[in-house]
Amino acid sequence: MTNLFGTTGPNSANLPRIMRVVPRSRNLEGALLLLAVGLNAFQLAQIQLSTIEILTPEFFLYWLPLSFFALVLHTILRLRASEADPLILPIAVLLNGLGLSMIYRLDLATIANGGSELFGFKQVIWTSLAMAAAAAVVIYVPSHLFLRRYVYVSMLIGAVLLLSPMLPVIGKTINGARLWLSIGGLTFQPGELAKIALTIFFAGYLVNRRESLAVVGRKILGIRIPRARELGPIVMIWAASLLVLIVQRDLGTSLLYFGIFIVLIYVATGRSIYVIVGMGMFLTGALVASRLMDYVSGRIDSWLNPFSQENYDAVGGSYQLAQGIFGMAHGGIQGTGLGGGIPQLVPLAESDFIFASLAEELGLVGVFAILTLYLLLVARGIRIGFSHPDDFSKLLATGLAFSIALQCFIVIGGVTRVVPLTGLTTPLLAAGGSSLIANWIIIGLLLRISDSARLGSSTGENSRGVA
Amino acid sequence: MNRELKRISILIFLMFLSLFVATTGIQVIGADSYTADQRNVRSIYDGYKTQRGAILVDNKAIAISKRSDDVYRFQRTYANQMYSSVTGFYSTNQGATGIESAMNSFLSGKNSSQFFEQISALLSGSPVQGASVELTLDPKVQKAAWDALGNLKGAVVAIDPTTGNILAYVSKPSFDANSLSVHSGTESKNNYQDLLNNKNGPLLDRASTELYAPGSVFKIVVASAAIESGKYTAESLIPNPVKFKLPGTNTFVQNSGEGKCGGKATVSIADALRFSCNVPFAQLGIELGQDRIRAQAELFGFGKKVQFPMTASASQYPIGMDDAQTGLSAFGQFDVRVTAMQMAMVSAAVANKGVLMKPNLIENVQSSNFTILNQPGPSVFSQPMSAATAAKVNAMMVGAVSRGVSSNAQIKGVEVAGKTGTAQNGDGAPYTLWFTGFAPANNPRVAVAVVVADGGGMGQSGRGNSLAAPIAQKVMRAVLQK
Repeated sequence: MTNLFGTTGPNSANLPRIMRVVPRSRNLEGALLLLAVGLNAFQLAQIQLSTIEILTPEFFLYWLPLSFFALVLHTILRLRASEADPLILPIAVLLNGLGLSMIYRLDLATIANGGSELFGFKQVIWTSLAMAAAAAVVIYVPSHLFLRRYVYVSMLIGAVLLLSPMLPVIGKTINGARLWLSIGGLTFQPGELAKIALTIFFAGYLVNRRESLAVVGRKILGIRIPRARELGPIVMIWAASLLVLIVQRDLGTSLLYFGIFIVLIYVATGRSIYVIVGMGMFLTGALVASRLMDYVSGRIDSWLNPFSQENYDAVGGSYQLAQGIFGMAHGGIQGTGLGGGIPQLVPLAESDFIFASLAEELGLVGVFAILTLYLLLVARGIRIGFSHPDDFSKLLATGLAFSIALQCFIVIGGVTRVVPLTGLTTPLLAAGGSSLIANWIIIGLLLRISDSARLGSSTGENSRGVA
Repeated sequence: MNRELKRISILIFLMFLSLFVATTGIQVIGADSYTADQRNVRSIYDGYKTQRGAILVDNKAIAISKRSDDVYRFQRTYANQMYSSVTGFYSTNQGATGIESAMNSFLSGKNSSQFFEQISALLSGSPVQGASVELTLDPKVQKAAWDALGNLKGAVVAIDPTTGNILAYVSKPSFDANSLSVHSGTESKNNYQDLLNNKNGPLLDRASTELYAPGSVFKIVVASAAIESGKYTAESLIPNPVKFKLPGTNTFVQNSGEGKCGGKATVSIADALRFSCNVPFAQLGIELGQDRIRAQAELFGFGKKVQFPMTASASQYPIGMDDAQTGLSAFGQFDVRVTAMQMAMVSAAVANKGVLMKPNLIENVQSSNFTILNQPGPSVFSQPMSAATAAKVNAMMVGAVSRGVSSNAQIKGVEVAGKTGTAQNGDGAPYTLWFTGFAPANNPRVAVAVVVADGGGMGQSGRGNSLAAPIAQKVMRAVLQK
């Protein structure tokens, strides 16, 4: 199939085959990857020099695996997906490396303080596994259409993963949110993987149903209302989101799933009424929950008044948020430099608050760079959505890219007081295996889909432009 | 679909824009107010990033930051408890006091005078080193004051009256500043709690922040006010009954030990000061009026928080008193409250021909490359009295030591001027014992104030002359022996 619209040129038939599978974009990717792993080396060296004042072989422990798997992925792309987007992999490697550096840096502070709870080495292992998973996706997902066969399987997997923390025995509550599975001492956040499965399901389901969903019913008060039966799935997803909110006690995860769904249904149907109705339903649900559930109203109060002494002192109050903001303010514009700040003062500095840690040490300059990298990564994903000839792939790429954007917004917005703080992880940066694996699988999928995006022209002949 | 995707792109852009705006708000616009928040401990930790400057006395460090192997990188260490009331402490957990606090911007390398160092540090990446602070203290005088005070609770302040330079500054009991500068949070906190709970109050600065009733040492202020008013001379006679009934009350003022103050019907102001008589001073005070006494006291520094550069408590002369209270205030009772620093300033002004020099602990501040960043030098604080008045008060104080009740401050071969005080603190409470004075009287090199709190452990039987004067004598001798 991939050869159907293969690179064509006047002399292509006469050229050796090898020339056609090594396009310029792969070389660009290679150069950018060198830059990314080079920056990673620079970060790690700076951290060692500024905190322990000597370069140790531990440097390679943190640098080599990421660099090695970057090379592996790059090679696989050259062989198996040579038309894939050249920016996605370098950005992901850069962000993953930066997170790894910060986690290692926090470990060094923990060691200096006599602590023993370290995350760096685990993060190296998870990074390796996650990048291997991304490589597997590129290899074993043969084409962008492959996943469309498993839409309903995805739904099932997604639902099981999503609901599994509610199970007795293996379900586990950490920091007040029931989002974890704990098996034999290993904890895993299945919701991260559910995010992918559900996005696949949403994309497949909406492609199948977009025709009927786009047909709207009567006009009430000047607004066209969808037919009742089309609202069914929305209500179902909404109910599932609220269930997550109530049972798993996590506003962020709940908002993430619902947000992805609303955006995809809008892109699929072109009906903004779904966005209005969806937002209204979610806000109503969240509002009711905040009235009924202390932890939601507490979170909101901490968000509005993080510096009031009462919230600051309260158990599960705004202490962490306030300390994170103090750290970011400490960094100022230019930052303290890696190893120069005191990000370890903030609880969960290596996971939920890794953005504040980076903001302290890299300053506003570094923060803008990180946000720009995310924006660029998301933009590449959306670009795939724009240019892909296949509607399923369009929706899937959009959904996956948007999931990164929304997750960034919810987590970073939580740390910077744009929205109430919730328990999601910063994609690719934060310590945590489930999140790394999930996000690298997303990277793998985006790479795989982008490889086929150039099959069609980017004029979007397949887009229907539902008006 | 692509039209929708464009809109989603705009949505994503707006989401990220809000993050750009929010981080700018925190890291740039609000940064200063977040840094100033009391709960933000980063500025304390920041202080440990650079090598804090040393505090020096006679070119020898009494507080120094040494390399340490923990996250703080530097450990503040103090050479001698004798200086704890001056240096204060610099603690990760309890903040800073004394010179450590008052001179923090220099010691930590953050003072604006180190601007160019800061710029070059920014470029080179190596942090600015703190500047060192050299104190005016004289180690011999400090040692003499420390030893002379022994185990008594109290303070000694010695000043060079011609420059205002502080030569000795001791408060006892003292504490080991090293016990608070330890980096272990729990250790430092426990040590601090122990010091706080210690009933002897080792953390109190009895030299310049604790306020005491001055008793008879305040008579110097009243005598100065009387002569400065032009209505009295040292020889002006005041009625001298055995008892004096305070106007509007049934309370009688008596002289100390129910003495007769010479036993004649009248007594001169000079003799009243020499014998430290309360009866004539109560009458003199009422005649002078509280406003005139207060004006004189304020010229000496009462009511002001003098910065040297540590901040002294403001000594108090009450307002709105009736005649009876004014009478009591004239011999340093009722609600008159002073610091030892204030009484040293009173003596220093008399000694320096009526000109009060600003008390000062800082000899100079040197950057790590030996540039002098700051050198306060002598400056005039006020002129509480004319040179003529000062000469008369000086002579009266000489009389008090050589032929009066402040005799224990005498130094062989040197004319000493001074005044003792034994202040009551209410029924049954131990007295506060005082001496303040200067030497040599004709060419003063040191003015001193000694306060002994809690009666020097002798309840109501200790006297200023028996406990405080000998301490002052030793301190003055240490200065003159140089």
